[in-house]
Amino acid sequence: MNDVILSRIAEALIWTGRYVERADATGRILDAYLHRMLEDPWRDEDAACRSLYAILGMDAGGQPCDMQRVLDQLAFDARSTASIEGALGAARLNARSAREAVSSEMWECLNSTWHALADQRLAARRTGPYAYLELVRRRAALFFGLADSTMSRDDSWRFVVLGRSLERVDMTVRLLSVRVLDAAHAPDWPTLLSASGADEAYARLYGGFGDTPRVAEFLLLDRDFPRSALHALTTAEECLTALGRPRQDPARRPIGRMRTRLEYLDLHALEEQLPLLLRDLQTACMASAEAVAERFFPYQGPVEWAQEGAGR
Amino acid sequence: MADIFDAYALADAWDEMFERPGEVRTAYEPVLAALQPIEPSELRFRADQMARTFTDRGVTYAFAGEERPWPLDLVPRILDALEWDLVQRGVSQRVRALEAYLADAYGPARAFEDGVVPWRLLLNSPHFHRAAQGIEPVGGVRIHVAGIDLVRDEQGDFRVLEDNVRVPSGVSYVIENRRAMTRVFPSLFAEQHVLPVDGYAQKLLAALRAAAPDGVQDPRVVVLTPGPNNAAYFEHALLARLMGVQLVEGHDLVCRGNRVWMRTTRGEVPVHVVYRRLDDDFLDPLHFRPDSVIGCPGILGAAMAGHVTLANAVGNGIADDKLLYTYVPDLIRYYLSEEPILPNVESFRPDEPGQLEAVLDQIDQLVVKPVDGAGGQGIVIGPKADRETLERTREAVRKDPRGFIAQRPVALSTSPTLAGERMAPRHIDLRPFAVNDGSDIWVLPGGLTRVALQEGNLIVNSSQGGGSKDTWVLAEGPAEPPPPAPGTAPLDIAPRQHGPDGSPTVVQEGAQQ
Repeated sequence: MNDVILSRIAEALIWTGRYVERADATGRILDAYLHRMLEDPWRDEDAACRSLYAILGMDAGGQPCDMQRVLDQLAFDARSTASIEGALGAARLNARSAREAVSSEMWECLNSTWHALADQRLAARRTGPYAYLELVRRRAALFFGLADSTMSRDDSWRFVVLGRSLERVDMTVRLLSVRVLDAAHAPDWPTLLSASGADEAYARLYGGFGDTPRVAEFLLLDRDFPRSALHALTTAEECLTALGRPRQDPARRPIGRMRTRLEYLDLHALEEQLPLLLRDLQTACMASAEAVAERFFPYQGPVEWAQEGAGR
Repeated sequence: MADIFDAYALADAWDEMFERPGEVRTAYEPVLAALQPIEPSELRFRADQMARTFTDRGVTYAFAGEERPWPLDLVPRILDALEWDLVQRGVSQRVRALEAYLADAYGPARAFEDGVVPWRLLLNSPHFHRAAQGIEPVGGVRIHVAGIDLVRDEQGDFRVLEDNVRVPSGVSYVIENRRAMTRVFPSLFAEQHVLPVDGYAQKLLAALRAAAPDGVQDPRVVVLTPGPNNAAYFEHALLARLMGVQLVEGHDLVCRGNRVWMRTTRGEVPVHVVYRRLDDDFLDPLHFRPDSVIGCPGILGAAMAGHVTLANAVGNGIADDKLLYTYVPDLIRYYLSEEPILPNVESFRPDEPGQLEAVLDQIDQLVVKPVDGAGGQGIVIGPKADRETLERTREAVRKDPRGFIAQRPVALSTSPTLAGERMAPRHIDLRPFAVNDGSDIWVLPGGLTRVALQEGNLIVNSSQGGGSKDTWVLAEGPAEPPPPAPGTAPLDIAPRQHGPDGSPTVVQEGAQQ
């Protein structure tokens, strides 16, 4: 009987996917940074933290930054969807308002995660944030694993996966942007790879740590690595193809265009093209997300409270 | 060994488990045998674990603005086959009579002409909606779902406490309670032959589909909820999910040309049956409260035009008015020519000549209830009220006799309930749920047993801090195992394959498979 999805539900699903992916990616980035800073005591904590803020598109403000402040704002702040806790809270509220569309196991995963976060946050004050960040990573993996194993491959599932894919491109691009635009204060390549969960996959392919073009090539263009921009774009495009019918789909066009551009990119020109490419990738994802909203959720309803700034 | 029932002192009421101290009722023997050897701390542990599961699964309710795990007590409430037969017949009879009353009140009004029920009862009712007049319900069903509240009195007889035929809620907790109990005490179920409760959603869906407007081949059913902030949202979502239908909010629907559509990613799709979990007042701002933002403008017009079925029907409130309640035994005799199977609690109508004085005189011995109160609000229990409250109540009843009924207090039956680390008697009631598909009224075996968690308290509503119990209806006689199907061929199942076991021992002869 659920052959169609309510527009409101579709919107909740896409944001559930986005927010869980955002929490996961943010957790990975924080983990990689923290680890790096412990390993390298000579690093400039303030500058490193500022580059973190820059990656996540947030204003670091005038006062000096340290890791505790970063954690408070980027991990534990339940009021901001830019933080892990805020993103997971918003994912939970969205999944809750779509409870007959997501499977019970997915909802329970988000709900129990939300309840577990509070305890883990308290523990983080004593023993450091690693257990907290690991919990986030595991639960995100569990959530998407449950989506894959308990949801039919219908439109509901596609909206969840579409949200995850668009967010994934966005986060990968953000990571690379800082390195490319502000190399002095950016994380080094190993940190960056591990922040993408890509260090082992990269090492298997190239056998060691490389230079800008190589790492960028991997994170942008690798066909097989699921967090690469190309892979995520391809997945997003597949979802949009299955969801849409019009030939000139304004949601699919920017994604498809970027995907082809990446596929046929001249690798020698990659490094010099990088700044432009990253900006275009981000623009394409935003344009696509807007077109999806316009096409599938064509009304302004009081659902918006669940979308942004979802407080408790 | 410590025994959790050691300190169990029977209260001044019918006890569900014990006939007299130390003498357990037959139906409860296996449960007592299973519970007794459990250490108190172990019992507490299981209770806490269950609470955590409820929290994780989101089976919670709002109490004083806080999200609390649904309170389920570990001791089940048990009804044997005979008891249940009575309850089931009584509930179904009650629903049939109320259906007949609704059809009459919104139609020929015979009962009023014949003097069974006074006209003013209908005309004064805040729930009498002229808008509902002239809606001819499919299959004659206005009460698709009913929840009839029962209590057991001092003699152990079931009595009806009130009827809920508008938007009765709580059935999700029946389903969740059972699910939780089978996890905490799996072995008990294997021995007991408890009738299952998980068929509810399918029965409900079948009834809702049967209620679709004539001529609709494959009706689309939706559940209409006020949204995630509603206290019963969990239930709305569960029912939608179990039925496999959409859970919609008011703004997901749009009415045009007296038809109802819902907004989907593939355009607007027609809707035929709305199982609405909103009160009449909020349903349609065009007819009722214009400030309602959770309803759907025009939905009542579509229902009147016969293009969409609202379940339950609009205007049912005239049938579960507490004053009407006092007439239901008469209605059963009048419409069905039957004697009531389940008696009412003895009640007085202050608005009837002569009764007002009687009520005012003995108000300290009666329970006074506002006729349209819900969730146990506004109830004054005379024997327990102080002078001031009694005086205030007396004044309120004198001013508005139509607004109250008075009842003899009933000492609700008690059931052993975990209080701290001991068992203590607590008062309980029972809300069985009935589903009417137009040809049959089906009563879910069991129902919601609510517990007043404070000692001596008689009000069991969860909004007043009450708990709940899993309600077991025992099947008649031991269930026979199904006979093996004749002539079945032996199963042809391939053996499982195994890969290398990863042990470092070198295998000499070929690769293991």
